[in-house]
Amino acid sequence: MPVAVELRGVAFGYRPGQRVLEDVELRIDEGEFVALAGPNGGGKTTLVRVLLGLERPTEGSARLWGEPAHRFSRRRTLGYLAQRSELGGDAPATVREVVAAGRLAAGGLVGPLRRRDRELVAQAIDRVGLGAVADGPLRTLSGGMQQRAFIAKALAGEPSLLVLDEPTTGVDAESQESLAALLDRLHSALGVTVVYVSHEFGAVERFVQRLVLVRRTIVFDGPPGDLPGVWHDPSHVHAP
Amino acid sequence: MLRSEFMRLALGAGAVVGVLAPAVGFFLVQRRQSLIGDGIGHVAFAGVAAGILLGVSPVLTALVAAVLGGVAIEVLRSRGGTAGDQALALVLYSGIAVGVVLVATAGALDVDLFQYLFGSILTITRTDLAVIATLGAVGLATIALLYRALAAVVIDEEGARVAGVPIGFLNIAVAALAAVTVALSMRVVGILLVAALMVLPVSAAGRVAWSMRSTFVLSLAIGLASTLVGLSISYYADLPPGGTIVLVAAAAFVVGLAAGVSRGR
Repeated sequence: MPVAVELRGVAFGYRPGQRVLEDVELRIDEGEFVALAGPNGGGKTTLVRVLLGLERPTEGSARLWGEPAHRFSRRRTLGYLAQRSELGGDAPATVREVVAAGRLAAGGLVGPLRRRDRELVAQAIDRVGLGAVADGPLRTLSGGMQQRAFIAKALAGEPSLLVLDEPTTGVDAESQESLAALLDRLHSALGVTVVYVSHEFGAVERFVQRLVLVRRTIVFDGPPGDLPGVWHDPSHVHAP
Repeated sequence: MLRSEFMRLALGAGAVVGVLAPAVGFFLVQRRQSLIGDGIGHVAFAGVAAGILLGVSPVLTALVAAVLGGVAIEVLRSRGGTAGDQALALVLYSGIAVGVVLVATAGALDVDLFQYLFGSILTITRTDLAVIATLGAVGLATIALLYRALAAVVIDEEGARVAGVPIGFLNIAVAALAAVTVALSMRVVGILLVAALMVLPVSAAGRVAWSMRSTFVLSLAIGLASTLVGLSISYYADLPPGGTIVLVAAAAFVVGLAAGVSRGR
């Protein structure tokens, strides 16, 4: 199986002398569904930014499909849900308008969407179960449904790698379960590599093949079933 | 009213600016950068002062200054590690300070300056209208071509950045479009009120529209109606055109707000 993500000896700090990440070794094969967990402030989001090439490691290397992440040539195949994705301003964007934004990189910057792009947008909306509200304003939907719309936006770009940073923030427990189940179905149906980042991994633990715990460096990497009991203790997981 | 040539020229210029200002302002409002038009306007004031001092067209020097100011705000915001509001404050206050110094040096604190500060749409010539119409058409064509890309950045800038969309280019394009709009709108509503025409129609439309596209189209309609109605009122009631246009746009915002409240929004 080709290697999708490879971090070797990665260290990173936003200021000289600062170490947000240290000696990170991580390899994710194409088609894996991996949960990246750890306490708030433990470096998860920074690791994701390095992994996606938004930040360059101060030491070590970050590669996507063998290419340096910051110069990755197929960026349009990267789907990313940033932490607390939300619409700016007061624009009453519809679900379809949000999802159509996901075709920008693949469909070109100039002019209207082509027919094929519109079909992919409609498909992505149906895949996340929002067909009935596709032309309704996003802001009237629940937090869980809004996150589904942003997942559909990422899917519309036909991604090889889908990275979701804290997608369940502000989403109730029932919707968290349903979101995790949706990602599991999408992963099985599309074979896309999924990296799910969360400070809590309860919702996805039974779906993912691998759990990676980050506390400045990687302190656990393996099947969720092998996770030592102490890591399930919330006070331990959340301690910085 | 239409028998007077100065009113026909004024209505023509007002129509162009009435459509262009909210078309550009739409993207600023959605990105919560409503006051950028104001910042660029203050830099344009420095440009006007430089034009008066150097004896060249103040509109031309204002256009150059506005573009430089708009790009500077965007660069400071995105790369300089400066918060958006601080970048805006730096450019805004520097612009007006340079303008005051240049105006004093030129000894030009007179009616010539006031027409740029408060607008002078009734003195627009055929040549002025041709310039406004040409640059306005270029601005609107650019927005039409880039609408989907600019809207996508409004929706999810970080996701677009990861997917390799040239965010820097698109943000600079918006800043440059805002600068051109400010320079063109100076003669219509004046530097001090230009940002209002970029923001109020969009805010009014956002209260009653049902999608991004309908917000955009409705903003343009409200901007156009505000300038034409405002000009007509100023003609018959003998009021200053710039202020009257902006008051009509403000009234449209209040109506939009009330309509939105009545629909539970």
